[in-house]
Amino acid sequence: MPVRQEQRQEQEEQEEQGKQQGFGRSGVSRRQLMSMAGGSVALGAFLAACGDDSDSDSNPAMSGSSGQSGSTGSSMSDDSTAQFGEGDIGIMNYALTLEYLETAFYDDVAKSGLFKGADLETIRKFGSQEAEHVAALTAAVKKAGGKPAPKPKTEFPLNNAQQVLRLASTVENLGAAAYLGQAARIQSPEVLAAALSIHSVEGRHAAALNTLLGKTPVPDGPFAQPAPAAMVLNAVQPFIVS
Amino acid sequence: MTEIKTDTEMVHPELAAIEVDGTERSDILMKGALAAGAIFGLGAVSPFVKGAMGAGGSKGDVEILNYALTLEYLESAFYAEALKKAGLSGELKELVKTISTDEDAHVKALTQTIRDLGGKPVKAPKVEFPYSDTAGFTALAETIENVGVSAYNGAAPMISSKEVLEAAGSIVQVEARHAAAIALQNGNQPAPDAFDKTMTQAQVLKAVQPFLVS
Repeated sequence: MPVRQEQRQEQEEQEEQGKQQGFGRSGVSRRQLMSMAGGSVALGAFLAACGDDSDSDSNPAMSGSSGQSGSTGSSMSDDSTAQFGEGDIGIMNYALTLEYLETAFYDDVAKSGLFKGADLETIRKFGSQEAEHVAALTAAVKKAGGKPAPKPKTEFPLNNAQQVLRLASTVENLGAAAYLGQAARIQSPEVLAAALSIHSVEGRHAAALNTLLGKTPVPDGPFAQPAPAAMVLNAVQPFIVS
Repeated sequence: MTEIKTDTEMVHPELAAIEVDGTERSDILMKGALAAGAIFGLGAVSPFVKGAMGAGGSKGDVEILNYALTLEYLESAFYAEALKKAGLSGELKELVKTISTDEDAHVKALTQTIRDLGGKPVKAPKVEFPYSDTAGFTALAETIENVGVSAYNGAAPMISSKEVLEAAGSIVQVEARHAAAIALQNGNQPAPDAFDKTMTQAQVLKAVQPFLVS
């Protein structure tokens, strides 16, 4: 019980922080934080927000969903996508924002000179797939009559290859959990089918990066866990500069 | 993100609600913990228990779940056999052990969910797999996992219960992870396409037909 309360408190603090700063509107403070502390803080924030697979006592995604009794699950009561638009459009724009972030990340990594050969090829391949997701989601939002979310300005700590791979793994595992967290909220079967076909590719990326790092490809065990949008947005905030 | 140790309290109320109405909750806590935890960890059952709780699972959902169960039975048998016969060692053997455990957990969870929805789980199909060495096994494993991903992705939009859908999503991501890990073992692209293809039930059954013995 004390453990759970702590988790809930942590989650509430994160949510509070998210509210105060607002997604994508904390450029100055974030940039200062980044330059002050470099990559380790950003990665640390990520891990703190997501729960590391070596730390079974830290999982805000789970505590978030269990925090309200009577809730039917993490994704059901997750309306943090509303800031991106109503219903499916909001969900697609949320996904689009994450895909923009992933695309920019792989682009930066490919240009960083930290990787060569097969690893660089994998990074380019994953990056081009994320770019395809961006294009597909942009088209889908327009088709649904919505306005695609703008491309965020991003900044990533790229200090050394190992740290970058860890960050990539964290981003992809989070991305897969983010899609899973939205699946049951999607109204249109067509949008759901598209989201699912992206979701499993994010899962593949995550598993491949985990494998490269010598970690298990299935950190959640037989059942992948979803992540609610509030938690995901909070976790990626360190990388959004404007 | 191992939730198994920490989310028992989240799972328990749901188990209590399903298994027995009006029984002491503490009894259920123990019962649920022992029964489910002994098999594959408490965290694992939560999406399925939620699905059953929603009681929104239609006849169609039971059919889809039975279709998924057939595939999971096939995968489960495939890996169980491989651990004995495929001459596995080292890293690959560890990976196959993990995958085998996952598929077994999927079989158990799907079986339970079908029962919870008032359906009758299909029986395990008789299967046989045409490979004669480790490379043959890993090549076949990649095919089977990719079919699994396409099968779930194809069927999921037809699921009516949100809870069952979320559970299916939770499984398909794991199948995709298996596919990627096996592909790396084969020296193949872990994510060959930007969008995973979907397959209809007819296409999937045709693809797995060679492994079904009648």
